[in-house]
Amino acid sequence: MNSSPLDTKQDYENYVNSKSPNSPILKNCFNAFWVGGLICTIGQLISSYCQYRGLDQNMSNTIVSIILIFITAFLTSINLFNKIGKFAGAGSLVPITGFANSIVSPAMEYKSEGYVMGVGGKMFTVAGPVLVFGISASILVGILYLIFNTQSIIIM
Amino acid sequence: MEFFQTLDYMMLLKAFVVGGLICIVGQILIDKTKLTSARILVIFVTTGVILGGLGIYKYLVDFAGSGATVPLTGFGNALAKGAIEGVKQYGFIGAFTGGITAAAGGIAAAVFFGYIAALIAKPKMKKQ
Repeated sequence: MNSSPLDTKQDYENYVNSKSPNSPILKNCFNAFWVGGLICTIGQLISSYCQYRGLDQNMSNTIVSIILIFITAFLTSINLFNKIGKFAGAGSLVPITGFANSIVSPAMEYKSEGYVMGVGGKMFTVAGPVLVFGISASILVGILYLIFNTQSIIIM
Repeated sequence: MEFFQTLDYMMLLKAFVVGGLICIVGQILIDKTKLTSARILVIFVTTGVILGGLGIYKYLVDFAGSGATVPLTGFGNALAKGAIEGVKQYGFIGAFTGGITAAAGGIAAAVFFGYIAALIAKPKMKKQ
């Protein structure tokens, strides 16, 4: 019965849903919460230290990003980050660590295709769309701000 | 150390809770919608750009510090904030230069450390 060909897309979806195990969403959310929270707390600790040393807030945030990205790149290269990612789900994906991992991971995987098109090209398979949408949206925000002064209208 | 005496522990707690809550939103998206992680990252960055552009996100940053800036919504917010600052300073061309300037540290670090990490790493074939 199970091996019979499934006619429609709907049948197939039902079949897949019945077979794929229901992920325990509460447990996943709990793990995502404390790992994600912990990463942000580490960030806050670094940021507080930078501000304690007299750097302004923007520079502190940049330094936090760079340090977290460095740590992630290191953990990914020793194959430790995937284990954290499997455990924490969105907890390590949503912070900037997920962005860094999405660059390092494919870069490592496609190393066999060479250092230019393999590592250099494939590192943007996931991060590319993020940058495309993020940067394009920010340009639109800038242009809209130029035309409408969005912030003053919506907040006031 | 003197630093730990001046440290704002309330801020750490707020960063923990807010950062964790943003991750829970991501986890619910993963579990309920089966979106790929790439799409989730795009959704978070774009949401951050929109909230930053509307000037809403900065209240969250003021409240939770790194709890709001470390998640990718904060990356989007930095892009939007930079674009607006750029427009204020340079006019039209600022919309193109401002965003990436604000996020330059993160992007450059990700590209550079990413490449170095891939160079030194020994790729492990998937054996699971």
